[in-house]
Amino acid sequence: MDSPDTLPAPFRQWFEKKGWQPRPHQLGLLSRVGAGEDMLLIAPTGAGKTLAGFLPSLVSLSQRGRIPPGSGFAGIHTLYISPLKALAVDIERNLTGPVTEMALPIRIENRTGDTPQGKRQRQRVNPPDILLTTPEQLALLLANGEAERFFKDLRFVIFDELHSLVTSKRGHLLSLGLARLRRLAPDMRAIGLSATVADPMDLQRWLVGQVEGASRHAGLVKIEGGARPEISILHTETRVPWAGHRAEYAMGEVYEALKRHRTTLLFVNTRSQAERLFQALWTINDDNLPIALHHGSLDVGQRRKVEAAMAENRLRAVVATSTLDLGIDWGDVDLVIHVGAPKGASRLAQRIGRANHRMDEPSRAILVPANRFEVMECQAALDANYLGAQDTPPVGRGALDVLAQHVLGMACAASFDPLELYDEITSASPYAGLDWETFERIIDFVATGGYALRVYERYARIRKTEDGLWRVSNPKVAQQYRLNIGTIIESPVLNVRLVSKNARGRLGRGGMSLGKVEEFFLEMLSPGDTFLFSGKVVRFEGIRESECLVSQGYALDPKVPSYAGGKFPLSTYLAAQVRRMLANPSGHDALPDQVRDWLALQQDLSMLPAEDELLIESFPRGNRFFMVAYAFEGRLAHQTLGMLLTRRLDRAGLRPMGFVATDYSLAIWATEDLGLAFTRERPSLEDLFDEDMLGDDLEAWLDESYLLKRTFRNCAIISGLIEPRHPGREKTGRQMTVSSDLIYDVLRSHEPDHILLRATREDAATGLLDIGRLGDMLRRIKRHITHRPLDRVSPLAVPVMLEIGREAVPGGGQDLLLAEAAEDDLLTQAMAEG
Amino acid sequence: MKFSSTGPYPPSSRQTGPAYRFERIVIQGVEALCDPSGALFLPAQSMLIVSDLHLERGAAFARRGSLLPPYDTLAQMARLEQVILRHDPKRVLSLGDTFHDRRGAALMPALFRERLDGIMRGREFLFILGNHDPDGVADLPGMAASVLHLDGLTFRHEPSPDATPGEIAGHLHPSASVTRRGGTVRRPCFATDGRRLIMPAFGTLAGGLDLDHKAMHGLFDRSRLTAHLLGRDRIYSVRYGNLAG
Repeated sequence: MDSPDTLPAPFRQWFEKKGWQPRPHQLGLLSRVGAGEDMLLIAPTGAGKTLAGFLPSLVSLSQRGRIPPGSGFAGIHTLYISPLKALAVDIERNLTGPVTEMALPIRIENRTGDTPQGKRQRQRVNPPDILLTTPEQLALLLANGEAERFFKDLRFVIFDELHSLVTSKRGHLLSLGLARLRRLAPDMRAIGLSATVADPMDLQRWLVGQVEGASRHAGLVKIEGGARPEISILHTETRVPWAGHRAEYAMGEVYEALKRHRTTLLFVNTRSQAERLFQALWTINDDNLPIALHHGSLDVGQRRKVEAAMAENRLRAVVATSTLDLGIDWGDVDLVIHVGAPKGASRLAQRIGRANHRMDEPSRAILVPANRFEVMECQAALDANYLGAQDTPPVGRGALDVLAQHVLGMACAASFDPLELYDEITSASPYAGLDWETFERIIDFVATGGYALRVYERYARIRKTEDGLWRVSNPKVAQQYRLNIGTIIESPVLNVRLVSKNARGRLGRGGMSLGKVEEFFLEMLSPGDTFLFSGKVVRFEGIRESECLVSQGYALDPKVPSYAGGKFPLSTYLAAQVRRMLANPSGHDALPDQVRDWLALQQDLSMLPAEDELLIESFPRGNRFFMVAYAFEGRLAHQTLGMLLTRRLDRAGLRPMGFVATDYSLAIWATEDLGLAFTRERPSLEDLFDEDMLGDDLEAWLDESYLLKRTFRNCAIISGLIEPRHPGREKTGRQMTVSSDLIYDVLRSHEPDHILLRATREDAATGLLDIGRLGDMLRRIKRHITHRPLDRVSPLAVPVMLEIGREAVPGGGQDLLLAEAAEDDLLTQAMAEG
Repeated sequence: MKFSSTGPYPPSSRQTGPAYRFERIVIQGVEALCDPSGALFLPAQSMLIVSDLHLERGAAFARRGSLLPPYDTLAQMARLEQVILRHDPKRVLSLGDTFHDRRGAALMPALFRERLDGIMRGREFLFILGNHDPDGVADLPGMAASVLHLDGLTFRHEPSPDATPGEIAGHLHPSASVTRRGGTVRRPCFATDGRRLIMPAFGTLAGGLDLDHKAMHGLFDRSRLTAHLLGRDRIYSVRYGNLAG
């Protein structure tokens, strides 16, 4: 039915001239969209997804023909949204080719944050047929008074890399934008392009307007993967370490693999790992292979250089973090090496897809586990890849801070009727469950801050007029809104500048800019400390204005930057697989000897937990008593668990001294005999691990948690409570952090049920604290806890025990440090005067 | 002891009630007590001095479109109440920037005004004018002036580099840091070399200028300069040379 004949002549001829066959999914998508369906196309990289997505639009435009001059204003016909500016620019290039070759009467333009003001202005007056842009630009266009006119002729909206957009707050904002587009252009069809995901229905629902009580979703076209990737776990002759994330043992073998391939992409999970790996490779790079580094903290100029060199095939290897994850073409990659465990099966699949960006050739990948637990995790990810299992996160409930931003944006566009806006918003699938009362509270928040103490009526940003419509109070509000749009919050960063130092130790002016580093990292440093940055060992000299000054460092063992946000927690799917692997000794034969021996030893000396069992070992060591819980729920959930358990142990009089969490387990140590206490059931482990810890204990802890403050800061900025940018000036990250912490404390003590605190909590539950996952685990292990008292550390406990002492100096106890400083001061004073 | 980096421990529930400790200092021969809240008490004069209250800061932001919580004024008043209860002064001097902006005093809601009246009942209230509130304070009990001289001391908002010894000023929100065990702690502080005193901003633990900031140049004899850092319930005194660079 979907034969090439359905294509209009110019398209058919073009395919013939190229010697290509239109692929069935391209034709299928064309006919189903033509029949009025919204569609989701799921395909692996290299399957011609982009052309398939644009085909309905191009065919429609070729049939429409050029709009005769003088026929009045025509709005845009097709909107393309990509998560990356670079991708929008890339697509313009790829699309212009065929359009020119077919001589189609179509004007294509892009609009990103970099588009000059003049061109934006012209686009509003004389819109192109196809506009390629980003979610933030769409929000800006929709908040404009001319939005209605601009989008009235819209026929298609295409979302690229939809899987990566929908799970974040950006996706929430975009879903609200899509709801508005549906209202402005009821005949518009939505087309989503996505890599393979765990639950396509999530995305299918996202693409279409939801109505209460009905289940509506887009159609699905799915292309199965082409050639099966060849993935292996690095086989090593050297010893795989118990703990750590550096995989230094494998550098020689990794280097040999680079030499055997044309171009290799090396993926790691954090920026600090990227720096380490890059340095390690260069110390053994005897052949002087061109190896480059690419991560989000590097200077944009440097990143662009690496990308260009990559595209021209001038590099043999690039060490990268997630900045290279998305589907831009970087040239001819024939090997992907993943150093450290990939933490998620889908993440691995997407990264492997980078190699041989063509469907019919197999991708080649090597996994390099950094420690013995990671060997199992890599094995699980590898199995998942063969099974095609996916563990992408669900779309999730729409965030309230994003909703606040959108409501203000809609008021900037035109006055709104609250009932109509509510219906529109709840048609977006992430907000389908939003209740009217919450919506009203968000409007109140946008208007006057939503405070119980109502003293800001005269400063309201939006007001309800006599006709029942809400409108902005003055044009300045709209101006402010436009400056602060978006949901991507950078943590405060400082530019890093390499300065020279003269013989007397004075610092020079000027010097090369190396990139940016998060401020909180610098707060842990004292002048003279060394760290790795941009592939160099540098010495921290101090902060001047908003710049971090560093000089050339000569230390061999630098203090490594550990950036936040770089560490992915282990996915639930992989965690379950690792638990299963542990529980089934018959499968251990597939594992490398070292790991198999390790697990056998554990079986002899302690035990291996069953799949749904929580094993807790206790043992004395030094003058402390330890407990280790093998929960396999990821570092974030374990940290939360650690905080809550230490509170409980403290109440039970067991004097916990501290804890450390890894992706796999949690160790707590105390001065009292924990094992003995559990054996005597004072407290019993069932009580200790009872779900009710997520009640009062969680509340009490949240009072003190800086993680929640960080989450709050993001909510405050996204919701518009704090506006980083004012016309003519910008608050620095430091000022913002300070003020948002103060606001947080004020709200907690004066108005604990403020809507923004609720937003913060909902965020934290899935984000930094992973409370949701912890709750699932506590339910899972109920009555499945096994206590194994031991007289010494067990083999399985070794990795987490090695992590102890690597943790940073405590965030609390600041007054203790102050007291020490004051005492030292007194002492030196006494000695000087005595 | 090592704890994880995830937050303070042991939990604050174990901390005992406040055992407030003041730090006794002498400025140009006049005895003064540094209170951990950031207030200064002169026992002989029965005078309590607070600086840079910045009342109605939230409202000042709200006037510009940022709807920060309106509880800052109430919180400052509560702190003021507590410190007044501790020292029971006959006079209270606000050393400038009592309000965050010019319109703060005039537009302050009646609710807050009544609370302030209550706190000040039976005491003398003096205002020094600051750069944020140069026009004085509308409709509040008390007298306003730009400079006050008392018992050899001079009180003004912004320190004057060529003032005679005995100047007590605010405005700069001084802060200092100490480094121990690889961690750095930064706090507001009283900064004094015995001849001049710069007051911290009352009731806040955040922000401020370091003692080697260029605005501080020429104000102190650094060999005699001490930072009295504000702790939770006591003052920590550290000489300039022992502070973190």
